[in-house]
Amino acid sequence: MHELGIASSILDCVQAEARRHPDVHITKVGVKIGELAGVDVDSLQFGFEAIVKDTEWDGLVLAVESIPRMQRCPKCQHEFRMTDFDPQCPICGEFATQCISGEELDIAYMEVDE
Amino acid sequence: MSRVEVEKKVLNENQILAEQLRERYRQQGLLCVNLISSPGSGKTLLLEKTLDRMDKNARVAVLTGDLQTENDAKRLAKFGFPVKQIVTGGTCHLDARMIEKHLADWKLEDLDLLIVENVGNLVCPSSYDLGEDAKIVLLSTTEGEDKPLKYPSIFFKSELMVLTKIDLLPYVPFSAELAKENARRVHPQMEILELSSTTGEGLDRWMEWLKARQQKAKSKAGAARS
Repeated sequence: MHELGIASSILDCVQAEARRHPDVHITKVGVKIGELAGVDVDSLQFGFEAIVKDTEWDGLVLAVESIPRMQRCPKCQHEFRMTDFDPQCPICGEFATQCISGEELDIAYMEVDE
Repeated sequence: MSRVEVEKKVLNENQILAEQLRERYRQQGLLCVNLISSPGSGKTLLLEKTLDRMDKNARVAVLTGDLQTENDAKRLAKFGFPVKQIVTGGTCHLDARMIEKHLADWKLEDLDLLIVENVGNLVCPSSYDLGEDAKIVLLSTTEGEDKPLKYPSIFFKSELMVLTKIDLLPYVPFSAELAKENARRVHPQMEILELSSTTGEGLDRWMEWLKARQQKAKSKAGAARS
C-alpha cells in the first residue's frame, strides 16, 4: 500500500547521489528489504518501474535483496533463521531469543557507468 | 561499470525528522506513544476513555490521523485537552513531517504526554518512525487471532499489545490465549494488556502503564539535565 512512497524515497536517494556526482550515470540501485519491513517486493518493483517510466530515469534497475529474519539465542549464542514464527532456539530450547536482522529497509549500493 | 556502496536508510528523511522529534521530546521529558491498529479496533474509543480518566490538569495532547474527516478530533476535543486532526487526504499512514507540522502551534514544554492515533492500518504505519517512545498495537476480539502472524512487522515493532473489546469474548469465536500466543511468537518480549473500553475492565492497568512510562520519560530527562 505504501510501496509507491518507498519507491519514490529510493528514487530521491538516487537523484541526490546523481546531483553530487553529475559526471556519472547511475544504472542500478540495490536495496535490502527485511522480511519484517512490511514491504511487498513485487509492489515495490511495480511502483518503481511506474515512477521512472518516461523520465530521465527510465531503465534504472532496482535490485532487491530480501533479508531473512535471524534470531540470536542469549543463552548459547546460536544464530538461526526464524521460520514459521518460531522463536525457540533449535540448540538449547530457549524461547526469549532476540531478532538480529530482518527489519532492513536500506539502500545498499548503486552501480554506475563512468 | 562500478559499484558504489551507499548504506543509507530508504526512509532517511523521515528518520532524521523522527530523531529530531525524539530529541525534543526527550529534552522535555515528554512521553510520546503511537497507537496503531486496523480500522475499527477501538483506538478512538480507548482514547476517549483515557482522556476521560485523566486528571483535569493533566498535560496531555492528542494528534489523530485519518484519511478524511475531522470526526475523531471532534470526539476527542470534548474532554478539554488539546487535540488536532491530521487529515492525510488518502495517505495510509502518518509520517514524521506531518507530526512536526501539526505540533508547530503547541509548546512541548507544556506537555507531559503526547498520544498519536495513527491511521487505521496494520501495514504502512509500521515503516514510519514518528519519534515516539513506544508503538502500541491494538487488536480487538472481533478480529482474527492470527493477525500478529499476518502482520508481523507491526507486532514486532510494538512494545505493547492492547487486546480490546474483551467484553465481547463470550459472544465471539475468539481465543484470547491463542491471540497472545501468536503475538509472543512474533515478539517474545512484547507486553500485553487486555481491556474493554465499554465496560471499563482493564482500563486501570492501561492508565498505570501510561503513568509508569511517563515517569520513566520524566526521569530520563531529569538524568540528562543533571
